[in-house]
Amino acid sequence: MKYTQKDFKSDQEVRWCPGCGDYAVLAALQRVLPKVCEEKGIDKEKVVVISGIGCSSRLPYYMNTYGFHSIHGRATAVSTGVKVANPELCVWQASGDGDALAIGGNHFIHAIRRNVDINIMLFNNRIYGMTKGQYSPTSKLGAITKTSPYGTVENPFNPGSLVLGSKGTFFARSLDVDLALSEEMMLEASRHKGTSVMEFLTNCVIFNNGVHSDVTDKETRAERTIVLRDGQKMIFGKDGEKCLVLDGWKLKVALVSEVREEDILVHDSHSDNLGLQMQLADMRGPEFPVALGVIRRVCDGTYDERVASQAEEVSQRSKVHSLDELLSSGATWKVE
Amino acid sequence: MQHKVIDAEDVVIRFAGDSGDGMQLTGTLFANTSAVFGNSLSTFPDYPAEIRAPKGTVSGVSGFQVHIGSRKVNTPGDYCDMLVAMNPAALKANAKWLKRTGLVLVNSDAFDDASLQKAGFTTDDPFVEAGVSDRNIIVAPISNLTKESLADSGLDPASILKCKNMFTLGMACYIYSRPLDYVYGYIASKFAKKHPEMVEPNRKVVTDGFNYAAAIQAVPNVYTIAPAKLENGTYRNITGNQALAWGLIAAAQKAGLKLFCGSYPITPATGILEELALHKSLGAKTMQTEDEIAGICTSIGAAFAGDLAVTTTSGPGLALKTEALGLAVMTELPLVVVDVQRAGPCTGMPTKTEQTDLNEALYGRNGECPVVVLSSHSPAHCFDAAFMAAKIALERMTPVLLLSEGFLGNGSEPWRIPSMSDYPEIKPRYAKASEAPFRPFERDEKTLSRSWAVPGTPGLEHRVGGLEKMHSGALSTDPENHALMVSERAEKVARVADMIPPLEIDGAASGELLVVGWGGTFGHILSAVEEARKEGISLSFAHFDFINPLPANTGEVLAGFRKVLVCELNSGHFAAYLRSKFPDHEYLQCNKVQGQTFLVHEILSSIKKAL
Repeated sequence: MKYTQKDFKSDQEVRWCPGCGDYAVLAALQRVLPKVCEEKGIDKEKVVVISGIGCSSRLPYYMNTYGFHSIHGRATAVSTGVKVANPELCVWQASGDGDALAIGGNHFIHAIRRNVDINIMLFNNRIYGMTKGQYSPTSKLGAITKTSPYGTVENPFNPGSLVLGSKGTFFARSLDVDLALSEEMMLEASRHKGTSVMEFLTNCVIFNNGVHSDVTDKETRAERTIVLRDGQKMIFGKDGEKCLVLDGWKLKVALVSEVREEDILVHDSHSDNLGLQMQLADMRGPEFPVALGVIRRVCDGTYDERVASQAEEVSQRSKVHSLDELLSSGATWKVE
Repeated sequence: MQHKVIDAEDVVIRFAGDSGDGMQLTGTLFANTSAVFGNSLSTFPDYPAEIRAPKGTVSGVSGFQVHIGSRKVNTPGDYCDMLVAMNPAALKANAKWLKRTGLVLVNSDAFDDASLQKAGFTTDDPFVEAGVSDRNIIVAPISNLTKESLADSGLDPASILKCKNMFTLGMACYIYSRPLDYVYGYIASKFAKKHPEMVEPNRKVVTDGFNYAAAIQAVPNVYTIAPAKLENGTYRNITGNQALAWGLIAAAQKAGLKLFCGSYPITPATGILEELALHKSLGAKTMQTEDEIAGICTSIGAAFAGDLAVTTTSGPGLALKTEALGLAVMTELPLVVVDVQRAGPCTGMPTKTEQTDLNEALYGRNGECPVVVLSSHSPAHCFDAAFMAAKIALERMTPVLLLSEGFLGNGSEPWRIPSMSDYPEIKPRYAKASEAPFRPFERDEKTLSRSWAVPGTPGLEHRVGGLEKMHSGALSTDPENHALMVSERAEKVARVADMIPPLEIDGAASGELLVVGWGGTFGHILSAVEEARKEGISLSFAHFDFINPLPANTGEVLAGFRKVLVCELNSGHFAAYLRSKFPDHEYLQCNKVQGQTFLVHEILSSIKKAL
């Protein structure tokens, strides 16, 4: 490979709190980009990293690539502009749950609707860290924070259902503590043409410590998560004793020993089965394991490609190819 | 019928009807016919915000005024020589704009009791009530005449009735001696492909209208308006929004770049986005975004990635773009922001014109946040203004805010088509890779502009963003560094003065009174100044296209006069701005905030008061 992880590290000192989950996602990105460049046959100057505002949005400063640290909530709009202006660029975006789903919710769903070919890394720590501990749109109902001293009284978003509800073409989930899986998700995202949303469940060690510990703790992870892989049966648990089956239209956790083997669901991220994928993305404890891996990836035209191909097609049909021709088009008259 | 033919130097015609009566089209066709005939002209559409306001009511009246002349016409005209009123509401709403000597043409079929009542007339004589009974009035049963004309056309009754505006157009063309060739050509090209069955009926109805006017006694006189003596060349009619869009395309071409426009529809700016969307073959990429903020943010992304980036809007949209405009200032990226101003605040009066966004343009951002501000002064000038805005943005790495106005965007005038070879090159300042690490905010000594390192260029990887930085690109909260960067960003904008032309004075370089304006008031002020001179008043006139920075000789120009009269369609934004920059002068103000353009006589009376 032409590049190593080191080539993607900038000279800026990383200034996240010790123990912050963002370090691991940054490391995964720096590790995967040499592979991405290799696979795509591109040089590193084609890589652009864009962010909004928040702790995780500092990420571009730590990358030795073209980078843009924009304003709160608008990273998706900036990324879209970059990709449409130059579809050859490989665009990565870092946004937190506040940036992408609160102030930037509108841009987020519209980028997904358009299917712009960008890779969105959504750092979900369920809290506003940079402003020191207010609840976010993914904070659980009842979460006690500085702005909800008696607990929140509003339901959170599940980023996965928002993506799939917008008919997103790619959604994957990983944990900050699972570097290998994060790297794998990033590689899959870079291979996907369209808006790839990766949700990373990250820990905010200062303001929301342990918010994901039920799924990230080593002792319980096998019981409380399931890594979905195409063609594989949906089996989980420390000893692979549990599985997912359908009960009518609904998902159900069952014991492998108590169901017929052919009734155990087999994952297919490529199928356009939004209903099932939505249920998988929505699974949460204690009843269900949290789904990790690529939950959905389906093919569709991308916005940037369609913009370019329409321009090409219209140009071929058009009779006007220079500004002088345009200025003289339509009704004109001569004064002599 | 043999009508007396009178030569007129200029005439103003106001077409008014219900918003579904097609008056905008009638007015546009009459204007274009006159343009092709060789007249100088100026138009202004005056229409309600509602697409179809309650039928027959005064609030639903849509108007289109056109001023044509055999000498240079500067404005759409204060008062009209002929008012076309397609229904009682149109008469009621527009009678006040009719000259004492004016002519009224009404569609009498629309003047039934119910319609009179809906328009708010309380007696059975609307002409007396509207105060026009002493004028010449042509009472024509236009609806019925249209029905007769198209009885054998095979069209359904609703489609036939829709053609009454074309009958009216025919009548107006007879009264003002306009040939119908242009209208015939328009009909042919408009309907040939999709509705060939509509070509013949439309031709017939406009011809029948022409012949009807020729046959009736009620037409008092026929007027001729000779072609104007215009500079030689090929001309076309153009609206401000169209000219602005074309100016941007021209700039992109001169800079060797693609044009990216991220915008959200908003009255009265939408026409620019619509026009740009047509020209993909000339490298224009348009994106209709999910909101105003995405409009500017996609454009900022495109600017970062190397396009000539533009976002177009009106006042409320500019308010939404405020934070992102600060991002463009901080990242020092080339960006053109167009504000086609309308009456505010907030939603205000979307279809009405004003110049009330100047303070917002100059000061409406957090922090020390200077941008270049310039304005266009006529529909055709929007082309040059847009070209210049883009040139400044690209060569000086700064956002540029271009102020247009609803009056300019929708108004039109003839334009002598320039050759693109007459326009200067645009040379963006690209960064070059070297051995030393790239310092994104290192500045050119002369202009203080940074250089543009476009993603994809090897060796120039760097990070930009909204946080304060050092020349090296590293983040910094160091107090001295912040002070330095603030002053450099301001000085960079100030030095744009070295690439803009000096302020020109119309008249003597010194004297008692200098009349000053900016933007779309140009034609009205010029007319008022010309009128004043006819009356023997000695005065000079200077019009500002460039507002921040001001032309370098501004102080010198102002110093030549005892009094400066600042005319603008707001409560005094530019006057206050000039006072802050050049406090040692006596400034007088002529202001109007009614959502309407100036009337020439309003400025004239301010001039007289000033002396």
